[in-house]
Amino acid sequence: MTVSGIYFDNNATTKVAPEVLESMLPFFTEQFGNPSSIHQFGNQVGRKINSARCQVQNLIGAEFDSEVIFTSCGTESNATAILSSVKAQPQRKTIITTAVEHPAILAVCDQLDKEGYTVIRLDVDEKGRLDLDTYKRQLNDDVALVTIMWANNETGTIFPVVEMAELASKAGVMFHTDAVQAVGKVPVDLRTTKIDMLSLSGHKLHAPKGIGALYLRRGTRFRPMMRGGHQERGRRAGTENTASIVGLGVAAELAQKRIVAENTTVRGLRDRLENGILSANSHCYVTGDLSNRLPNTCNVAFEYIEGEAILMMLNKKGIAASSGSACTSGSLEPSHVMRAMGIPFTAAHGSIRFSLSYYNTQDEIDRVVSAVPEVISRLRQLSPYWSKEGPLKENAQAFSPTYA
Amino acid sequence: MWDYSETVKEHFYNPRNVGAVEDANAIGDVGSLSCGDALRLTLKVNPETEVIEEAGFQTFGCGSAIASSSALTEMIKGKKLDEALEVSNQDIADYLEGLPPEKMHCSVMGREALQAAVANYRGEVWKDDHEEGALICKCFAIEEPLIVDTIKANKLSSVQDVANYTKAGAGCSACHEKIEEILDRELKARGEIFVPNAVRPDLAKEPRTVDASITSEMLAASKKATKPKFTLVQRIQKIEKAIAEVRPTLQADRGDVKLIDVQDKTVFVSLTGACVGCQMAGLTLNGLQQKIMEELGEFVQVVPLSKRQLEEAGL
Repeated sequence: MTVSGIYFDNNATTKVAPEVLESMLPFFTEQFGNPSSIHQFGNQVGRKINSARCQVQNLIGAEFDSEVIFTSCGTESNATAILSSVKAQPQRKTIITTAVEHPAILAVCDQLDKEGYTVIRLDVDEKGRLDLDTYKRQLNDDVALVTIMWANNETGTIFPVVEMAELASKAGVMFHTDAVQAVGKVPVDLRTTKIDMLSLSGHKLHAPKGIGALYLRRGTRFRPMMRGGHQERGRRAGTENTASIVGLGVAAELAQKRIVAENTTVRGLRDRLENGILSANSHCYVTGDLSNRLPNTCNVAFEYIEGEAILMMLNKKGIAASSGSACTSGSLEPSHVMRAMGIPFTAAHGSIRFSLSYYNTQDEIDRVVSAVPEVISRLRQLSPYWSKEGPLKENAQAFSPTYA
Repeated sequence: MWDYSETVKEHFYNPRNVGAVEDANAIGDVGSLSCGDALRLTLKVNPETEVIEEAGFQTFGCGSAIASSSALTEMIKGKKLDEALEVSNQDIADYLEGLPPEKMHCSVMGREALQAAVANYRGEVWKDDHEEGALICKCFAIEEPLIVDTIKANKLSSVQDVANYTKAGAGCSACHEKIEEILDRELKARGEIFVPNAVRPDLAKEPRTVDASITSEMLAASKKATKPKFTLVQRIQKIEKAIAEVRPTLQADRGDVKLIDVQDKTVFVSLTGACVGCQMAGLTLNGLQQKIMEELGEFVQVVPLSKRQLEEAGL
């Protein structure tokens, strides 16, 4: 792995911002106190946690700082939200979600499904969009929770969660959004919405791994997942991860300052990358809702070749991206997101996600654009679906293997 | 990213025998429906000698699929068709110095392409009988269909049974929840109810100390015993009889076990062949210990001796 690699996998995780790291260091040394303690060692730390809470509150536009609960990660926030909703409303036995959620949502819903809950997984169209009329028809008194991601991690497609929360609210149904990919990339102003709960994750916005937060609107019925001490007002017991909470606070403040740059500079870089790749390579296309997606994400499906092979070749050139290919995940299935959009498997397996951050440069974009064609053409030379001229699919030599 | 061996990486970055062989007289097209990988193997077979003179591949798939294809073509070139057909998917994986368990199906695809190509050359129709499914046990690369079929065929009803018959679940034990789900489903299908053990099943433990290796069945067996008195010769005969009963199972896996010594309640044995270093050795010994206790009607402990211990003891 070259140290001077190009990192285009920021939807997987981001680097810790230097300012964030600096803010954290004292909490490993002299500021080691337990924020619950009454003495000066603890007291100062407690105050720092409160200010971090306000920084997160400002980033997401929460009305009160007490609506922010620190957790260990996005997954914990998601599980807490879902399990709380079913525990607090035992008479309600349905969960509404989408077919393209992150496993942190889907696996919890699958488990509830096994335990007798009805889970409605809303389908998406070929661009990854939801049908709001179908959604509206599903809202009723049996629904304990609607949980819809704000933006998709693979394609960046943004769901109309603000509107969907309004609809849920009118039907008297609790609404949660997994906004792990959205916070810091699109403006979020919760006080003006009907969203009851929102999950966010530190390491997606240049805070460290192992810290997240759950927004819980004041008055929303809640049952903690972790009970114990009185930390986080008894809603998430366990001694606070003080250094990371402080780091998340600083990262939230940075993200707020950079939200315009994300949607101008970073978006510009992403578009340059996307246009460059599309014009330099044949038989590839962008997946997701092009007119409504995260400014940093670009998912390109390269037909007739496989994603892991592409990633390995890119990795050799020092370029880091990710893929919806089955082979990169350890499962045999290609990405559930690609399948839900009906992308044919010869393209779904070759889908590559490039996700940028504030720290990427135009030079990096240009280097990736010029590196990709060689990788693609080399792998196509190996592909049974491809001849020297192009895809074999529409002639007599067409490759149609016996499938096991 | 996967922890690929250097050989896998070498064959991926510099694949051998890429492309279709000109004038090929054997073509095998196979694909794996579940993972989406696909492979075309083209061979030039000498009609006189049936020797594979040239082999070429085209693969749609991941790094290990491409490396497995490349390895396969290298391995079969120059071989007669019947010799080539003896190349197993494990041979392909070995040639590549190992594949991650999740990737073993890539080597299976290579072997299937070869079978399909040979069938094509011989004018036969190749039918695939390999059933692919979700990978359940990552330690031993065991997929769901094998577990389901084995449960059905042998009426298995516990995680321990599944581990004994398929090895699935005999390693790190992280897949036990999934195995329990399969058991629950399969037992329901045959009108039974799956009752999991409240305590953890005793899997691949090394019977080092008496306490740690006593299972509930062993205790029951030793309680049941009426403690008959045997001479030393009778005891050894009975122990040999118990060993003879488990031996065929071990030999089926290319292993063996030998009685070394009996001292009071301790039976010393040596494991040979494939048993050495097998993660299942502990399980095998527990089974053997159980058998010996049933024969003798008393509690004994079976202790395996390593090669070094045997040499030191001059045995």
